Amino acid sequence: MLLIRCPYCEQDLPELEFANAGEAHVVRSSDMVGLSDEEFETFFFIRENPKGISFERWRHVHGCGRFFNAARDTVSDTFLLTYKAGEPKPSLDDLEGQKK
Amino acid sequence: MTGSNRIAGYGEVSRSKPVTFTFDGKTYQGFEGDTLASALLANGVHLVGRSFKYHRPRGFLSAGPEEPNALVGISRDKTRSQPNVRATIQELYDGLIAESQNRWPSLTFDVGAVNDRFSRLFPAGFYYKTFMWPRSAWDKLYEPFIRRAAGLGHSPTEADPDRYSNRYAHCDLLIVGGGLSGLTAASEAAKSGKSVILCDENPVLGTGLRSDLRTKFSGKSARVHLNKLIETVRSAENIQVLTRTTAFSYLAQNMVALAERVTEHQASPESDAPRERLWQVRAQKVILATGAIERHMVFDGNDKPGVMLANAAQTFLARYGVAVGAKVGVYTATDTAYAAAIALHQAGIQVPVIVDARSGTLSAIGEEARLLGIKVVNNAFIKRVNGRLRVQSMVVEHQGTRETFDVDAIITSAGWTPSLHLFSQSRGKVAWDQETRRFLPGDYAQECQSIGACNGTDTIAELISEAVSAARWGIGSRARAKPKIPEIEDEVPASGGMIGADKGAGPDNPVKAFVDFQNDVTAKDIRLAVKEGFHSIEHVKRYTTTGMATDQGKTSNLHGLAIAAEALGKDIPEVGLTTFRAPYTPVSFGTFVNHNKGELFDPTRKTSIHDWAVEQGAAFEPVSLWQRAWYFPQDGEDMHAAVARECKTTRKIAGIFDASTLGKIEVVGPDAAEFMNRLYTNSWTKLGVGRLKYGIMCREDGFIYDDGVVGRLGENRFHVTTTTGGAPRVLNHMEDYLQTEFPDLKVWLTSTSEQWAVIAVNGPKAREIIAPLVEDIDFSPDALPHMSVREGKICGVPTRLFRMSFTGEMGFEINVPSNYGRAVWDAIWDRGAPIGMVPYGTETMHVLRAEKGYIIVGQDTDGTVTPHDAGLSWAIAKSKPDFVGKRGLERPDLKADGRPQLVGLKSLDGKTVLEEGAQITNRMNPSGPVDIQGFVTSSYWSETLQSPVAMALVNGGRSKMGETLFVPMVNETHKVEVCDTVFLDKEGGRVHG
Amino acid sequence: MRKFSALSLAREALRSHKGWDRQWSSPELKKSYDVIIVGAGGHGLATAYYLAKEHGITNVAVLEKGWLGGGNTGRNTTIIRSNYLYPESAGLYNHAVKLWEGLSQELNYNVMFSQRGVMMLAHSVHDVQVAKRHIHANRLSGVDNEWLTPEEAKAYCPPLSISKSARYPVMGAALQRRGGVARHDAVAWGYARAASDLGVDIIQKCEVTGIVRDASGAISGVETSRGPISAKKVGVVAAGHTSVLMAMAGLQMPLESYPLQALVSEPVKPIFPCVVMSNAVHAYISQSDKGELVIGAGTDSYLSYSQTGSLHILTHTLDAICELYPMFSRMKMLRTWGGIVDVTPDRSPIIAKTPVDGLYVNCGWGTGGFKATPGSGHVFAHTIAQDRPHAINTGFHLDRFRNGRLIDEAAAAAVAH
Repeated sequence: MLLIRCPYCEQDLPELEFANAGEAHVVRSSDMVGLSDEEFETFFFIRENPKGISFERWRHVHGCGRFFNAARDTVSDTFLLTYKAGEPKPSLDDLEGQKK
Repeated sequence: MTGSNRIAGYGEVSRSKPVTFTFDGKTYQGFEGDTLASALLANGVHLVGRSFKYHRPRGFLSAGPEEPNALVGISRDKTRSQPNVRATIQELYDGLIAESQNRWPSLTFDVGAVNDRFSRLFPAGFYYKTFMWPRSAWDKLYEPFIRRAAGLGHSPTEADPDRYSNRYAHCDLLIVGGGLSGLTAASEAAKSGKSVILCDENPVLGTGLRSDLRTKFSGKSARVHLNKLIETVRSAENIQVLTRTTAFSYLAQNMVALAERVTEHQASPESDAPRERLWQVRAQKVILATGAIERHMVFDGNDKPGVMLANAAQTFLARYGVAVGAKVGVYTATDTAYAAAIALHQAGIQVPVIVDARSGTLSAIGEEARLLGIKVVNNAFIKRVNGRLRVQSMVVEHQGTRETFDVDAIITSAGWTPSLHLFSQSRGKVAWDQETRRFLPGDYAQECQSIGACNGTDTIAELISEAVSAARWGIGSRARAKPKIPEIEDEVPASGGMIGADKGAGPDNPVKAFVDFQNDVTAKDIRLAVKEGFHSIEHVKRYTTTGMATDQGKTSNLHGLAIAAEALGKDIPEVGLTTFRAPYTPVSFGTFVNHNKGELFDPTRKTSIHDWAVEQGAAFEPVSLWQRAWYFPQDGEDMHAAVARECKTTRKIAGIFDASTLGKIEVVGPDAAEFMNRLYTNSWTKLGVGRLKYGIMCREDGFIYDDGVVGRLGENRFHVTTTTGGAPRVLNHMEDYLQTEFPDLKVWLTSTSEQWAVIAVNGPKAREIIAPLVEDIDFSPDALPHMSVREGKICGVPTRLFRMSFTGEMGFEINVPSNYGRAVWDAIWDRGAPIGMVPYGTETMHVLRAEKGYIIVGQDTDGTVTPHDAGLSWAIAKSKPDFVGKRGLERPDLKADGRPQLVGLKSLDGKTVLEEGAQITNRMNPSGPVDIQGFVTSSYWSETLQSPVAMALVNGGRSKMGETLFVPMVNETHKVEVCDTVFLDKEGGRVHG
Repeated sequence: MRKFSALSLAREALRSHKGWDRQWSSPELKKSYDVIIVGAGGHGLATAYYLAKEHGITNVAVLEKGWLGGGNTGRNTTIIRSNYLYPESAGLYNHAVKLWEGLSQELNYNVMFSQRGVMMLAHSVHDVQVAKRHIHANRLSGVDNEWLTPEEAKAYCPPLSISKSARYPVMGAALQRRGGVARHDAVAWGYARAASDLGVDIIQKCEVTGIVRDASGAISGVETSRGPISAKKVGVVAAGHTSVLMAMAGLQMPLESYPLQALVSEPVKPIFPCVVMSNAVHAYISQSDKGELVIGAGTDSYLSYSQTGSLHILTHTLDAICELYPMFSRMKMLRTWGGIVDVTPDRSPIIAKTPVDGLYVNCGWGTGGFKATPGSGHVFAHTIAQDRPHAINTGFHLDRFRNGRLIDEAAAAAVAH
C-alpha cells in the first residue's frame, strides 16, 4: 500500500484514502467540437504509460476530496512529488535527479 | 511412551509438566516447551512423512521454519484442521492430534512409494514428454491420476469457526528478528523514547544462540547474556515485543506485514482470542536481523530419516534435551558442525566420525574434536547411506578407500545461507561476495539496514558493534560511544562451506542426492534441465520445481543454483538468483481476511424504511451495496403473483415505493446552471425554478453514463438525482470536471443521498392519499403540475416534494430528511392502506416503467449505447457549444447506420415473456454462422395489458418498426414484432391524474 | 527434433537420460532476419511458430530481454475459456480453444490442457441478466456456455458456498465445460521447442533498445543490447512493455500498464475440481495438478512496471475466496507474485498492423491473455506474413480508437443499476 502525500492536507496518508485518476496534464480543449477524430483519440485514449516518471492524478476521495497531481517513478513506485491541481508540470530533468 | 531419548541436564522444556499428544493415532508424551518435532524425536520417532513425488520416507531435516520434510496435519476438532504444518515449529500442547500425510495405507507402508522404484521414468519434467496419447485420455485418465498422487495434506472441508484480527501499527523502528543481533539492537534502542517493535517468529527470543552451549560471554554462558538483553528489552516501555510473529512480507514505503500466531500453541485457546493476527506495520526505519539458514550436504541418500542439519541436532539437544540418535555421524564442509558434534559428544552421544569434505589442515575446532577422541576424516565424502525408514549406516569414501560406519543419525552442514528474503522483497539488490561465496545485501531501496548473520557478519564482536550502530541509525541517535563488547571465548564462527553437490553426487554419479527434499529434486534433475536447454535459473526452477515446495527452497536454492552453474560452466552470479517471493513462510488465508467476512465482507446499505419492508415480509435483492425490497409477497404468493398484484393495484389505486437509494447530489452556486449545461446533454438555462427535467449524462466518449430527474430549486440550486449504483461515480465525475477542467465555475457539489429518504407514491389516488399530510404547498394540479418540485412540509417535517412519475401514473416523490423517513412512510401508509394502496418493490417498479418505455441505465444501456441509440435524441441540446460527450458523439462509428437502437418487442403469440439477454435474429431457422441482430434488454409480463412487454437493442431497430424478427431459444424460436417502446398510454394522459 | 513419448522416456530411463537434447537451440544472432518478434512470451513464440509452420517464413528471430516465458506467460492463473460476448471476441478466443484442444499433439509437448470447466458466478439480478445475454449469444455462435442454478453450481463445485444469507449470495452461474486450465510454462517451452525445430532463432537476454525506420519511414530493423539487426518486419509482442517499445518507433499507444497479482496456497489433495470466477467480488480460483489453489487477484489502481502489487489487493481477493469457500480459511498462502498487464480502453486486445510500414503489434490483453495464446499467435503470424489481418482479428485494429468501433466487453457487462 502506497503512502501518499496530499498537497492540500499536507499529510502522508495510506493509499486506501485515495483514488488514482489516470494521467495528469491531459488538457481538455476549449474547442472540443473543433477537434479532429485523431485529436480526440489522442485526448481520450492515447496515454504516455511511461516506464519511469509518470505524471498522474490522484483524488483524496476519502479525505478532503481534492484532485491533485503526482510525479511517481513507475519502476520503483516511489513518489517524487505531489502538487496541487493547476500548478505547472514540474521539469522531468529536476525529477530525474531525485530518483533513487 | 515418555521419551527415552531425553538427556538429563539439557534443554529448556519443563520436565515437571508432561503433555500428551498423538501421532498417527498413537499416544506419546512430551513436555511443555517442546515442539512436536522435539517430542517425537524424544520418543525415537524419526519417520514422519513422505515426499511429494517419490513418496520416499522422510524425517526431520531442521529444527525450524525452513523444514521441508516434517509436514503433518494438525487438528483440534472436525472444523479445526490444518494441513502441512511444520512439526519443527508446532509447539506441543496437551491433546494435540497430528497425522502424517501423503501416504496410503500407512506411513511405514506406502503404496505410492512404488514411484520411487520407477523413479528413472520420472526425471525432471517427465510429464511434458508423455501422457499425450490418446488425446482424450489426459482429462479422463492421466490428469486425475496425477492429481490424486500430488498434493500433500488434506484441505479442511468445513467452514473455519475461528476468528482472526488485524492491527495497523506505526513505529519509528521495526526490528525483524529477536536473535542476538536483533536483541542487541533493541537493547540499544531501549529508553530512547522512540517507538520500537521487535518481532520474532519463535515463542522465545534469542533462539539461535540458545542452542550454543559453548561460547562464553565474559566468562558466562550465552544464555546469561541473552537473558540480560531480554530483560532490558522486555522492560523498556518504548519497545513492543511480538513473539510467535513472522515478518512475512516487506512492501513499498517501509510497510512490513507480520503474522502473529496467538492461540495455535494453546491446549484450550481462550474463547475470545483470535487464532492469528495480521500486523501491517509502517516503520520509519527497519532493521533486518533475520539470521542465516544452514544448508545440508548434497549426497546419495541424504534424505533418509535420521539425516538432519547439524544445527538442528544441536538445537534438539540444547533446547529440548533430546538426542537425535545414539550414534551420530557427521558430514560437513564447515566448522560449525564440529561444534555441534562436540556438543553431542559431551552429552554422551557417540560420534564415530566427522567426515569433512574439505581438504587441508584441520582448523582449531577440528583439532579439538580429534583431541576428544572423535575420528575426523578430511577430503572425504559420504558415498551411500543404508537404511530405509531410518539411517542404519553410512559408507564413507576417502582417497579411494571406503569404510562403513554404523550410525542411527547423520548430521550435515554445508554452511550458512544469509536470509535475504525480506531484504530482497524490499527491492534491495543482492550482491555476490566472491570471497565467502554467498549472496549478501547490496544496494538498499528503502530505509532499512541488515545486521548480523543475514548481513554476512560472522563473529559475535562484529555483530554487536554492527547491531549497536544500526540501532543508533534507527532511532536517530548521535551517540558515538564505542559499544561495550563482552569478552567472547570459544566462539566457532560460521565460515567455509560449500554450495552444490559433493564428490559422491558429481555429474558422473547418477545417484539420488537431494537438493530440494519436498519436491524430490536431485542434483541429476538439475543437470538434466540444463542439458535440455533450461539455462536461466528461473527455467531450472520451473522445469525441476526446485525451490517451489512449501519451504520455498530455504535450504536448497543455493545448491540448485551452484549445480546449474557448474553444469553451464558459468559463475554463480552470472546464472543469477531466483526471486524471493512473499510470504517468507506460509500464512493462513484467515489471517488476511480477519474480520472481512459474512456481513462485514462488504458494507450493507439500508434505507430508513428498510425495517418496515422486513416486517412486511418483503423479498430483497442486492443492488450495488444496497439491499432493496424486491417484492412484497402475500399469503404464499410467488414473485410472479405478487408483482402482478402490485402492478395492477398501483395502476388502479396507488402504490408506495421506497426510492431512497437513488443517488442525490446538490449542485449549488452562481454557475450551477452553466455547470449542468456542461455535464449533461440537456440544456438547463431555461429550466424554471420549481420545474423538473430528465437529464442524461455522458462520458467524453458520448456513451450514456447515468441519468436522472433534476429539479431546479432556485436560480443557483439544483437537486440532481442519479441511479442507485451510479451515485458515487457520478459525483466523482462531476468533481473531476469542476476541480480540474472548469475550476473557474463557482459551484459547490454535495452528496445528499443519505440525507433524503424518498417515498414514491404513484397511482390515480396518489394525490388524495398524500394531500392532507402536506403543508405550505399548493397541491392543486395547476399549481403543482407534472414535472415540478416544491419545498414545504409533510407531517410537519421539511420536504422537497417532486411531482414526477417513473410509472406513467400520477406520481409524487417525497423527499424528507432520512431520520423522518419511516415516520412519514408510516403516516402515508396509514392513509393509503385503507383505500387499497399497496407497497411495491423494485420488480414492479421495473415492470411499470417498462410498460411506459422508460429506460434503466445499465439494463437497457450497457456502456456502448449513445443517447441517440436509446431513442433519447430529444434530450440532447442542439445549441450548446459544448458538453461532455458532444465531440465523442460525432465520431464516425457513433453516427453510422445500423447501430443498435432501443425498440419495443411484441411476442406474436401474445403470451411468451422473452428471456432477458435472449438474442434476436433475422431468420426463423438460421443455419451456419448466425447474424445476431440484437438482444432483449428488458422483458416482463404486463398484468395491466395482459400481454408481455419487452425492450431490445436491435441493429437499425427504429427502421424496422412492424417487422417480424426471431428469438431463438434452445427448444423453440419465438416470433416478435418490432414496435414502439411505449406500450401503455402513449398519449401520456395518466400522469396528470 | 527428438519425439517425446512414453517410449522415448522409457528408452532414456535405461541410459540415465543421457540422450536428451536441448529443447531449443541457442543460436548465434544473425545480422538480418525476415521477421523479428520482440518478446518471447507465449504469444511471441506462438507467432514465430506459426510464421514458420503455416507461412514458411523461418528466417525469424524472437528477441527476449530476459528469459523466455518469463513475463505474464509464466505469471498468470492459466484460465482458458472463450465465452465472450461479442462475435469478434468469441471468434478469437474460440479459435484459440480449438487450437488448445490439439496443442499437446501439435507441439509434441504436453501442455496439460485440462478441460475441467470454467464457471462464472452471478451474484445479483443484474449479473444474471448479463450472464444470460452471454449464454444466448454464445450458443448461437457455437460457443458452449450454459446456465446453472445455484444447486447445480454447487454440484459442479462442491466447495462453493451457496448460502442465501451470504453477503453476495450465488444466484446461478454460467458454465463453459470446454474451458479449463493449462500448464503455463509448458506452453512457452513447447512453442519454443517447436519453433526452434523449424529454424526460428530464439535469442534470450537480448534487449531491444531501438526500432529503426528507413528514409521512407518503414521499418528497417532494431537496435539491441547485442547490436543492430536488420529486418523489414518487426512484430512487437511485449505485453506490459508495449508502450515503451512502440515509443521507440515514435508511436504512442492507447495502453496503460498495471500490476496484477496472483497467489498459490500450499498443495493439498484434490479438493477443487474446476475453475470458478466471480467478477463481482474479484475471485478467480482453480487447483493446479500439483495441488496448489491458484488464485488471481485484481489489478492495483496505478501504473507500474515493478511487478509488485499491494497487500490490500491480495487481502481483498482472499476475503472473497473465503466468503465463497469458507472451508479454505485455514489454508495457507504459499507464494505471491505480480505481473505487468497492458490494458486498452475497451479491454480488448490489439492485433494489428500499425501506421508504420513493417511494424506490427500484438498487445492489450489485460488480465486475460494466456487463454488466447495459440489463437493470438496464429492470427498475428498471418497478419505479419500477409501484411493484412486474418478474418478473425480484423476487428482488433488500432483504428477503433479513432472511429469509435470499440469491442467493449467490460462495458457490456455494465455496472449495476
